[in-house]
Order: sequence, then C-alpha cells, then structure tokens
Amino acid sequence: MIALTDDEGAMLSGARGEPRRLAMEHLVQVAGFFDAEDLVEVTQVHIMADSEALGEAGVAFLERLAAGPDSQRKVVVPTITDPRGTDFKAYERLRQDRSFVELERRMVTAFEALGVLMTDTCINYQTIMPPVLGEHLAFGDTGSVIYANSVLGARSNFEGGPSALAAALTGRAPRYGLHLDAHRRGTCRFRLETRPKALNDWGAAGALVGRAMSSYWEVPVVDGVEGAPTSDELKHFGAALASFGSTPMFHMVGVTPEAPDLPGLFGGPPPPATPIGEAEIADLHAVYVPSDDRLDVVVFAAPQLSLMELRALAGLLDGRRVHARTTLIAATSPELKAAADRMGLTARIEGAGAILLEGVCFYQMHAREIGQANGWQRLMSNSAKLVNIIGGYGYEPVLASMDRCVESAVAGRVLA
Amino acid sequence: MSGRVLRGHAGIGPAVAGTALVAQDNFSARYDLDLAAGRFSRPAHALFGESYVGRVLVLNAAKGGVATAWMLHGMAAQGLAPLALLLNFANPIMAQGAAFAGLPLIDRFETDITAALRTGDQVALDPAAGTVTLMPGS
Repeated sequence: MIALTDDEGAMLSGARGEPRRLAMEHLVQVAGFFDAEDLVEVTQVHIMADSEALGEAGVAFLERLAAGPDSQRKVVVPTITDPRGTDFKAYERLRQDRSFVELERRMVTAFEALGVLMTDTCINYQTIMPPVLGEHLAFGDTGSVIYANSVLGARSNFEGGPSALAAALTGRAPRYGLHLDAHRRGTCRFRLETRPKALNDWGAAGALVGRAMSSYWEVPVVDGVEGAPTSDELKHFGAALASFGSTPMFHMVGVTPEAPDLPGLFGGPPPPATPIGEAEIADLHAVYVPSDDRLDVVVFAAPQLSLMELRALAGLLDGRRVHARTTLIAATSPELKAAADRMGLTARIEGAGAILLEGVCFYQMHAREIGQANGWQRLMSNSAKLVNIIGGYGYEPVLASMDRCVESAVAGRVLA
Repeated sequence: MSGRVLRGHAGIGPAVAGTALVAQDNFSARYDLDLAAGRFSRPAHALFGESYVGRVLVLNAAKGGVATAWMLHGMAAQGLAPLALLLNFANPIMAQGAAFAGLPLIDRFETDITAALRTGDQVALDPAAGTVTLMPGS
C-alpha cells in the first residue's frame, strides 16, 4: 500500500475539491499498478494536449474540471503543453474540418481555466525551460521525456495526458520507474560504428536501437560516439528511439551526464555491443523506399523544428519554388515561429511556397482526415519518428535527408 | 466456473468476461488503430484489418507514444474500445489510460500470455487479483 503524506491524504479525501481528489485517486491507482511506495514532488509538468487524442470525451472531462471554483481547479506547479492539433492561423489552408477547430478551442479554454500555460511545443527542453540533473518531472511527450532523462539527467516517466494533469493538480507523480536509480541502469548495449551524418541518420540510428527494445524498462547504452553531438542530433536520435522502442531513456557514453564511462553503467560487466554501422542505417531507410516517385507532401516535424533547423530549411529553399503538385509543411513552436518571423526565416520559407505552422505537429493534426481532404498519401520526411507513426494514418512514408526532401519537393517527385 | 487460471500482476479496472483476440505483436492506440472504424490500421500490424471493439485484446507489449492515455477514454465513451487488455508488458501510458478509461488491464503474467491464449478463447478477468480464467471448452 502506498504511503501518503497528510497533504496528499487531504487531497485524496476530497478536502481540497473534486479535481484534486480525482487527480490523487488516479495517481494512487497508477502507483499501485507499478508498486510505487510513495509519490514524488515534481517541479514542472508538460501535458499532451491535442484534441484528436482527447476526443470529445476528454475535452468534456476538462470542461467539468474547469467549471469548479478557482481554488480547486488551478494547477499547483508550472504546467505547459505539447503541440495541439490545429494552427488557428492556418487550418483553412490545410482544409482541416471546422469541427476539429471548435473542439480545439474548447480544449484551450478549459486548459487555460486550469492555469495551464499553452506553450504547444514538444521541444520545451530546447525552448521553454530545460530541466536540470536530478530534477523530478512529469513530462508528457516521449521525445521530451527521453531527452530530459538522457541528455539532461532529469527524472520522468512517460506521463500521458490524464497523469500529467493529475501531477499538475497535485504537484506529485508516483515514484517508480525512471524516478528510481535502479531503473536508470543500462540493460543492453549498442555501438555506433559510424557517425550519423544528417538528422535523418541520427533518427535512423535511434530507430535501430528502439526497434530492439522489448519493453519500457530497457535502458540502452550507446558507445562509440566521439565528441558531443548537437542538441538537434540528440533530439532526433532520442525521439526516434522513444517512438520505435517506447522507452524513456538511453545513455551515450562520454556524452550524457549519467554515463561518464562504460564501467558502472550496468549492474555487472557490460554485455556485448550490437553494432550500428552505415549498412544498418541504410537498411532502416530501405524500409521506407517508395514503389514509384509520386510525391504528395513533404513534412518537417516530429519533433518541431529548432531555430537552427528553420535556418537550414530557409537556406535550402532560397531561390527555389515548391512544385505545384507537392505541399511542403514545417512545424515549430509558437516562440520560434515568432523568432522566425522577426528574423526573416518565415518569409524565406513561405516565399518558396512552403507552409510554416506553429504550435502543432503533423501527426497530431487529424492526419488521416487532412490526408484525405488534400489527397496526400506519399509523404517524405527527415524524421524517423514521423515515418514510424504515419503509416497507421494511411500514408506511404519515405525517409530522407532534409536536403533530399527539399530537392524532391521542388522537383515534385521523390528523388533518389 | 472452473478453468485454467493464468496469473499476472494485480491490474486495473473491473472484472469482465469475453472473447479473446490474440497476436504476438505490440500495441499503441495512435500508431496502430483507426479509432473511428474500430479496426487495426497499421499495415505492418499482425491484426491489420481486425476489429478490436468489445474483444479482450491480448498482445505483447505497450508501444508507441503518450496519446493512448487519452485515447482509451475516448474510445470507451464512443463504445469503440476493446473490452479489456491483457499484455505481457504494459507501460505507464497503458496503465494511465486504463485507469482513466476504467478499462480492465492485467500484465506481467507467469507465462507468455500471447502464447497461452488463442483468438476465440472465452476468458474471465479479475484485475484486482491479477488473474485470467480460461473458460472450459474454449
């Protein structure tokens, strides 16, 4: 049985109002499932807030919480959001159904009534407030969790929307999994025998590690990386690893803060390493080779683009024009969209006929319906995470570098 | 009622009984399903094209992202959810989603649950006890 403090007991009893009672009840249930002995205080919450995932029932649930008295409904720790499903400035260009837009507006109103800050970003670790070594969190995007755990040494499980919301209303998360030292030890080992070149190669390497994961509780250790990768490279590596593996942490020897060297990362001697070389990375790309060169849509998202990626995209599009039969979409956070506007990057990207979206991510935008509305099936991206997800939405994905994606968008067909 | 009893870790949700839909594959609501149609929609999934509505879904591990935590609730509200989930390994998202949706979930069995059960088997679940009873004759 889980041990609760007096404060937590008061929340569970309903003395602090119905929203906190529901939240504490949820946390206790999840804690019991994973044999957590107590709850841990968290300092920051990141919550999944796309209305496709919430659905009508989820939004109605939020609205019931939001209807309560102010003292009972406000979050007690800083709480920010993952990308939403609709860019209110761009939904008509994308032929998104009005019903999605209305549901999304209701969801935003309810979240704001709870005191949630609508940051609408999955790259909060790059753009909002990067977590700190040892900080306990409740983060709600697999990419942001794996980056926070691995690259920054913070501590979070995957907290889906209901649990992140419960953490926001109570300031607590069940103490199990990645909050505990025992679950942060390496369980298997990989060696990078080549340095991935472009971001899609880093994503492919992450995908190869992720594909080998048997459950959430595996922590892969990667060695062979000489010199620090960039934040964007680790972002794509981690996002793909978490997407293909559904695992929340990796160690990269000599790179990530809890992996200064190989000895000590495992309970005993290090296991043999599975090699990842150029052939393996090429094989991963070969899963996503199209049957012909038709190209409907090129997408840069999942994760949202950093300022550096936006700069690279603008540079590739300078003096070019996206072909009339192809659509090029890029997605970033609202903060970086404003920066891109100010720095002239948006004008360069959209001047070439591309669409730069803010606060959304492609697969969270009712991808099946917008695909049908726009006739999109063949999709090209440099995101290994996106190509992994989007097949389930009726797309035929192709994985390639940002350079080759842009060249293909300009040509209006998939270039080899 | 007597039958072979399969033991797992104590789970989530109410006791139910129903028909199993089994595969040696993994599970994510966002990656694998067409939620409006109530079918598996990822071409590479072992249950591609199958309807999961009202079935006791028996799969290996929870996979994919965080969306399932919201989605199970919405699926249940629309009457388009599985009756229950039996997994070898759930993850936090699946547990959170099941708790939010009130959907029965049991995992961590003494044996590989995807090998112990077959599609069409009639099973009774007691999540509080962490047990699954295979009904005689199925």
